[in-house]
Amino acid sequence: MNAVISVIGNDARGIIYRVSKILYEHDVNILDISQTIMQELFTMVMVVDISTSKVDFIKLVEELDALGREIGVEIHTQHADIFKSMHRI
Amino acid sequence: MQIYDIMQTIRMIQQEHLDIRTITMGISLRDCAHEDIDRVCDKVYDKITTYAKDLVSTGEYIEKKYGIPIVNKRISVTPVSLVAESCRSKEYEKLALALDRAAETTGVNFIGGYGALVHKGYTKGDERLIESIPAALSQTKRVCSFVNVATTKAGINMDAVLQMGDIIKDLAYRTKDEGSLGCAKLVVFSNVPEDNPFMAGAFHGIGEGECVINVGVSGPGVVQKAIKRAGDCDFSELSNTIKKTAFKITRMGQLVAQEASKMLGVPFGIVDLSLAPTPAIGDSVAHILESMGLEVTGAHGTTAALAMLNDAVKKGGTMASSHVGGLSGAFIPVSEDAGMIDAVSRGALSIEKLEAMTAVCSVGLDMIVVPGDTPASTISGIIADEIAIGVVNTKTTAVRVIPAYGKKVGDSVEFGGLLGSGPCMAVSPYSSEGFVKRGGRIPAPLQSLKN
Repeated sequence: MNAVISVIGNDARGIIYRVSKILYEHDVNILDISQTIMQELFTMVMVVDISTSKVDFIKLVEELDALGREIGVEIHTQHADIFKSMHRI
Repeated sequence: MQIYDIMQTIRMIQQEHLDIRTITMGISLRDCAHEDIDRVCDKVYDKITTYAKDLVSTGEYIEKKYGIPIVNKRISVTPVSLVAESCRSKEYEKLALALDRAAETTGVNFIGGYGALVHKGYTKGDERLIESIPAALSQTKRVCSFVNVATTKAGINMDAVLQMGDIIKDLAYRTKDEGSLGCAKLVVFSNVPEDNPFMAGAFHGIGEGECVINVGVSGPGVVQKAIKRAGDCDFSELSNTIKKTAFKITRMGQLVAQEASKMLGVPFGIVDLSLAPTPAIGDSVAHILESMGLEVTGAHGTTAALAMLNDAVKKGGTMASSHVGGLSGAFIPVSEDAGMIDAVSRGALSIEKLEAMTAVCSVGLDMIVVPGDTPASTISGIIADEIAIGVVNTKTTAVRVIPAYGKKVGDSVEFGGLLGSGPCMAVSPYSSEGFVKRGGRIPAPLQSLKN
């Protein structure tokens, strides 16, 4: 079971560190990271494996959302099925 | 998974207002009938609050899991005229109060089905129910009502058309302190679909099972942006762009419907792939038509643009879901669509043009504010015209007009929330009374010799 974490906002030091820290603490493995600066906005998309996670998925969503608000970026964590259903037949 | 695909989905949700407009649970109340109306009220309340107890929390869970807003959670029930028919009491509004309480307990914002199917004639229950609509909708907040007055196979029940003019006027008067808001919760239909999840016309049809989950998706903003990105292309390409977008939107609806059905242990019914506008900027069907090249909605060409949009939405969406149903197409409610409101305010869009548009859109004359002194017979005339379009063209049409008490042409009425605000539109000053008062039925139209 995979999820997609997207982070969009002003670039700052330690964004990747703080997101991956939370993932590490909950035993969530990072499968893929793509990071770029688009129109001066820090944009990162992370694909993670949530099958080993120690916390309920909704709790992880809320925790990352709270982190986003704390560091002033938008963090959205979505179950990967939404992307698969929309773009794969 | 490609990063481009991921970013496209995120953009649709974050910037283009893509959402699941409603998860609607349909519940049969056919086993709630009893001679004693108070007993029926208890049974109805208990059944709804048991079946739908987890509906709102499940919607909220799915919303978080997939990061997609699910704007409304709603309930539709068996047409109440059928449930109440055995009651000795005529005070059917008691049932509306029970539905309202059940909606409040379960946390849904609307409950639909306080209505009757009278396309061929009235039973005792139908008569009592229709008479009780003004009292029922003026005493409740969340209850929505419908009356089906015609079908292509049965023709038009003109007695019902005449009566609905009076009912709408009475309801407008009883809710005059809220801009005659009651009328926004009442829809008069022809060929009403039995599985529509959208309010105010949702009900749980008599051919439906015990309980079902229907999902309504939306996304006018996504379609509009896709058309803008397609740029200066011809109609074949434009139609393809809309189809592809509708496909993606509907796939998401299908995913949410399946998940809700599984979690609630209730069969999946249909996905309704309607483009349902909201008053928010960037969520307008009128703006889609304008992105196709019209200066303003209402200009000549508007009906053709809407016809193509409606057809392409259906074509794209149909393949994306195992069961498509409900209304599926483009809605054109005036007060709920920022672009429609602008077009009316500029004098570009009249009720006559809207009537033509309804021949090719998915529903009908929707959320149209007319002057408070409009005679009941004129409202019946508006209903008769609109219903005739549906009956002859074998499609659903509907009328949701609000004769706002004390308002004149040019005034505006604020309903708030998703219902928006409506500019008061002019109706014909000439009388329809002699016509609508004839009574009886307009026969079912011939289905051959089409020209």
